[in-house]
Amino acid sequence: MENILTALIALPVVGATLTYVLGRNIDLGDNFARWSALLTTLATFALSLVMAANFDGSSAEFQFAEKLNWFKGYEIYYHVGIDGISLWMVLLTTFLMPICILCSWESITTRVREFMALFLLLEALVIGVFVSLDLLLFYLFFEAVLIPMYLIIGIWGGQNRIYAAYKFFLYTLAGSVLFLLALLYLYFTFGTTDIPTLMEQAPSLSLEIQKYLWLAMFVSFAVKVPMWPFHTWLPDAHVQAPTAGSVILAGILLKLGGYGFLRFSLPMLPEASHAFADYVFVLSIIAVVYTSLVALVQEDMKKLIAYSSVAHMGFVTIGAFSFNQQGLEGAMIQMVSHGLVSGALFLCVGVIYDRLHTRDIAKYGGVVNVMPYYAATFMVFTMASAGLPGTSGFVGEILVIVGSYQAAAWATVGAATGLVLGAAYMLWLYRRVVFGEITNEEVKHMKDMNVREHLYFVPLIALVLWLGVYPSTISSSLAPSIAKVVEQVKLTPAKVVSAVTQETNAEMGNLPETLPEAETQDEGHE
Amino acid sequence: MLPIPVLEATLFMPEVFLLVSAIILLMLGAFMGSKSALGVTLLSVFSLVLALNIIAPSLGEERVFAFDDLFVRDTFSQYVKLLIMVSAGLVLIIGKAWLRHDHVQKFEFPVLVLFATVGSMVMVSANDLLTLYIGLELSSLALYVLASFDRDNARSSEAGLKYFVLGALASGMMLFGASLVYGYTGSTNFSAIATLFGEDQVGVAHGAIIGMVLITVGFCFKISAVPFHMWTPDVYQGSPTVVTMFFATAPKIAAMAVFIRVLTEPFAEMLPDWQVILQITAILSMAVGAFGAMMQTSIKRLLAYGSIGHIGYALVGVAAGTSEGIKAVLIYLTLYLFMAIGTFGFVLLMRRNGEQVEELTDLAGLAKSRPRPALFMLIMMFSMAGIPPFAGFFGKMFVFLSAIEAGLYTLSIIGVLTSVVAAFYYLKVVKIMYFDEPGEPIDRYIPFVAGVVLMICALVTALFFLYPTPILNAATLAAGSLVGSV
Repeated sequence: MENILTALIALPVVGATLTYVLGRNIDLGDNFARWSALLTTLATFALSLVMAANFDGSSAEFQFAEKLNWFKGYEIYYHVGIDGISLWMVLLTTFLMPICILCSWESITTRVREFMALFLLLEALVIGVFVSLDLLLFYLFFEAVLIPMYLIIGIWGGQNRIYAAYKFFLYTLAGSVLFLLALLYLYFTFGTTDIPTLMEQAPSLSLEIQKYLWLAMFVSFAVKVPMWPFHTWLPDAHVQAPTAGSVILAGILLKLGGYGFLRFSLPMLPEASHAFADYVFVLSIIAVVYTSLVALVQEDMKKLIAYSSVAHMGFVTIGAFSFNQQGLEGAMIQMVSHGLVSGALFLCVGVIYDRLHTRDIAKYGGVVNVMPYYAATFMVFTMASAGLPGTSGFVGEILVIVGSYQAAAWATVGAATGLVLGAAYMLWLYRRVVFGEITNEEVKHMKDMNVREHLYFVPLIALVLWLGVYPSTISSSLAPSIAKVVEQVKLTPAKVVSAVTQETNAEMGNLPETLPEAETQDEGHE
Repeated sequence: MLPIPVLEATLFMPEVFLLVSAIILLMLGAFMGSKSALGVTLLSVFSLVLALNIIAPSLGEERVFAFDDLFVRDTFSQYVKLLIMVSAGLVLIIGKAWLRHDHVQKFEFPVLVLFATVGSMVMVSANDLLTLYIGLELSSLALYVLASFDRDNARSSEAGLKYFVLGALASGMMLFGASLVYGYTGSTNFSAIATLFGEDQVGVAHGAIIGMVLITVGFCFKISAVPFHMWTPDVYQGSPTVVTMFFATAPKIAAMAVFIRVLTEPFAEMLPDWQVILQITAILSMAVGAFGAMMQTSIKRLLAYGSIGHIGYALVGVAAGTSEGIKAVLIYLTLYLFMAIGTFGFVLLMRRNGEQVEELTDLAGLAKSRPRPALFMLIMMFSMAGIPPFAGFFGKMFVFLSAIEAGLYTLSIIGVLTSVVAAFYYLKVVKIMYFDEPGEPIDRYIPFVAGVVLMICALVTALFFLYPTPILNAATLAAGSLVGSV
């Protein structure tokens, strides 16, 4: 149990190496790479379930922590551990990975070995991001993610893949280099990059410095999320990436930004977060409303879903900057739900793309006549994306709305508009693709989903519905960690002073006596 | 007292040893003719290894002066000498594999490399402007010849001439600066100048500042910092690639090290003056390096601009002017050494029918036709671009950490932003190798020794993050041994 997080990172790396090295020597060729990748991701998923089973959901402490010397002479350690927030992100990652491998089974036919190896590498890096408890380690994984993603988009992408790959890489790199400077400044000021320590000490910085640091971090996370107006890389990257790449981008990589806000901006720089909260609301509302409108007019299915991602992630940032239990929990659940739903929507597009090789909405229509199972599947995710009660999409959005109403009622109005628009573009997309007469001859020859495709949609549907009906699966283990963030982000001068004086206290020693846990669980149940 | 010369000669041992070996090998070559080239190369590598063994134990020892304070031996100098010898050794080993193919297998090559190495070593141990100048000239003269080593090639001759003219100009400026400093302080000795400035409560004389500026300009020529970088792309492109590889490493590392010593020891009191100059040069170098490389079609020119950029990043650490900054520069240079040898080693592999090709388009689709060299170059390019977890990132990180600690925020922000611009052309190389359709493939042949050297470079670059301690420790010791560092 002690090294389980390192094992989680190492397992995919070992799998990637084996896939790459052995794949070239073994006659099975591509199939060997596929199977070894699938088995590795499944093993990783199993391991993460073991970890989840041993996770103490009632505690806000970082669990399974490991700390090893890394840079001698510097207070920089290999320090990993998870709390409720990272637990769900890790599970989301390990859950989506086997699905990605499965969905690329037939659609990736060239350089399969490299593709699978890169995906496994990507998995290791993303898990690394979520479990890092050291800023430098976090940054290392955060940036390194760009390398496999650049290659995945560039090698296996669509027509305009090279432009998209460059844009993705340079955009995100430009964002994160400023984060590096913020990191170095924090290290210089507090002499450590240990995240729990910094959470205690960094709030003591003066407001002015907090603001600079906050902005530097904001650019980095806002590009990842992405927030309007930093979102322009996303439609390109999503559209050009192969299906599995889009799933990972939408399902996991976007969450790095939201996770960054929850893990760094809020707890470390509370005063600046409050100072900038209104701006974040404005940007998020623009994201929600504007990108929803943009989504309405898209002709390309993937682009439509890409814009819908921007809108949905707008809810995450609104929730995160509400600074209360409901809002933050809503943001987290929205992230998990969006990971499942938008990932699934890209898979849905992938299924028909594999058959017709076009993403043009106008080329489809009447698909329900030939692919009834597919139509039903697509329906579930359309509804979940529109936020129908009973699906996971609803839980996150309603919590965000409840949370933001307490923080800023005006922001809620904007967010709620987004809900309506979200339903509009998703239902219209569904109508145009699935219902109506078959206008395109080729659609008639499309075959319904095969066993492999069923195999990866079934768990997704089950989860989306399960979380819609019984969200406290997530929220019960999430609540303590969220409560801690809420406490950290509260503006109490006394706390700032005590954080400085109690430097030597045990990590995260001063949790509030009354955890608002009971309340929030009620909220979660709906 | 002890018979001083004997004691002092031991301090000077590695240099003397290498010098004597170089002279003996020169004789050997002269008498045995060009067929001795292989033997001379091997013996040169052997003598470098022996000299390395003499130097290695002295790391971490006390600072000692010799020859009336003309010469200093401290951990800083020893560490930099180590780097210089490692790079000379690797260049000779790779050179052995390729020179025959490039029709320049002559015994003079290893001998000249040895002379340049000795010159560089004398330079980094200089504690006097004159020792410095002698070392600099010894290494520069050898380098001029090396640049035009492929004498039947017009480009190579041009490179040699260009390098000579501009190098001589730089040396002249440096000498003029040195004479001004001597005029205003009455000494050429580093320790004496430092004491004099330190005691002088009225402040530093303007003439001495002009001297310092001229010396700085001279160094900027040698390390090819903007705006004194014009020679770099032409010389890098024109010289035989093995020689370019040497240019990119040993002489630059040596010049950078002496530069640091001169700034932090005799001119420590002028910190506000030279800090401004260095900040501007650093910004310009990073920017010119990033923007200049974008439009290049020849990989050697691209890497030349890249190296200008890298010098810019290293200068950020020098500009910080702190012990932390010097340490960062040393780490940067150490990691850069392996990256540069690696990338130029890769350029050497770019051949069709044995002939060197150097256009970027020659790499098209390399990932399909030659996956392993492509993967190697991918690691190098991402490392050069400063993407973690590769070594190049850590070099940049330490440099910017020192800049932040010194309060140079503007410099840091410009620095990281130019690194994004620079990432563009490193990505371009990856793009050409991995995304483009394959053209005519390059040769399959990789000489065994070259493969080994490339392997070493790849391992250091890719796995530095797993065990950074040895390089970190050595750099800490070395930076701490400089007197002026705070």
